[in-house]
Amino acid sequence: MTRRPVDTGAPDRLYTVTGGRSRADDSFDLVTLVVAECQPSAGMQSEHVRILELCRHPTAVVEIAAELALPITVIRILLGDLLAVGRITARHPRLAQSAATHPDTALLQEVLHGLRNL
Amino acid sequence: MGSATSDTPASAPTARGRKPLTDAAETGLKIVVVGGFGVGKTTLVRSVSEIRPLNTEEVMTQAGVGVDETDEVAGKTTTTVAFDFGRISLNDRMVLYLFGAPGQERFWFLWDRLFSGTLGAVVLVDTRRMDDSWYAIDRLEHHGTPFVVAVNRFDDDSARHSLDEIRQALALPEHVPLIDCDARVRTSGKHVLVTLVDHLYQLALAQESTP
Ligand SMILES: Nc1nc2c(ncn2[C@@H]2O[C@H](COP(=O)(O)OP(=O)(O)OP(=O)(O)O)[C@@H](O)[C@H]2O)c(=O)[nH]1
Ligand SMILES: [Mg+2]
Repeated sequence: MTRRPVDTGAPDRLYTVTGGRSRADDSFDLVTLVVAECQPSAGMQSEHVRILELCRHPTAVVEIAAELALPITVIRILLGDLLAVGRITARHPRLAQSAATHPDTALLQEVLHGLRNL
Repeated sequence: MGSATSDTPASAPTARGRKPLTDAAETGLKIVVVGGFGVGKTTLVRSVSEIRPLNTEEVMTQAGVGVDETDEVAGKTTTTVAFDFGRISLNDRMVLYLFGAPGQERFWFLWDRLFSGTLGAVVLVDTRRMDDSWYAIDRLEHHGTPFVVAVNRFDDDSARHSLDEIRQALALPEHVPLIDCDARVRTSGKHVLVTLVDHLYQLALAQESTP
């Protein structure tokens, strides 16, 4: 896959998009599914508008990042804004963030079933 | 607020043919495909994914953790790491994301931060460049992330090492599954994933029976 010209991580652009903020909401995992809870409204930042449009159906954080061609960290900041004002909800992954415990057998059986049916 | 993108057409979400998930989708899962340059990571992801692999990136400091993140915005110490991913809807509620990411030593700060909570990993090996795999295997073992090793056989690989020879060369413990694959073939890619999840299932069974 070729990278698009805007996603060079150019600090100036990122600074503008996030209004100078750099601390992202770490609760958003790469595969947290985001759902819009409202329509975009007039005067919203264009990135917020695009996120709300994308998330009419559940959409993973990583897909939002790819679609908007912005780094994950920037997307987490933008999602934090929307979450704070109730414009989105987040469906976080069930799996613990630690590798110390294995996921339960019931979950893995569901995964296996899904894969075998491909 | 000033931002680079201007007005967005309403068709944006589907402009690149991205098929949305069902509204019942609630659980995202992750599997990581790791390996050296050109070993076939993107090819494997593409062969099993329901969407064309998408590319994204993370911007972070070289040190990775514990560094003041304002430095990133100042642009002094940032590194951009690109990785691609694909997706498999397992059922109405569960969706599996496959991440293809480089396995070289200098990228591991990305792994630790981005891929916590993965089900497990596939280490893709090219027998012509086996050295590229050692670091990834070592790191996964250290991290406690369960994995399988898949040998992507390229046509011009004249040596045709047996799996036993490869296991020895990689110093791979007996309990780690080692299989052949052709990353270009969907059924083969699927078999790799099933082998990994079956391995995870056996591990989980063993854990559940030891209180
Ligand atoms: N003959 C053969 N060619 C393959 C196989 N898998 C991948 N290739 C080719 O090898 C090249 C590299 O494959 P990629 O999938 O891009 O490898 P990658 O690991 O994603 O590469 P980087 O992201 O650049 O590190 C492509 O031209 C593929 O078509 C295989 O099983 N057999
Ligand atoms: Mg690739």
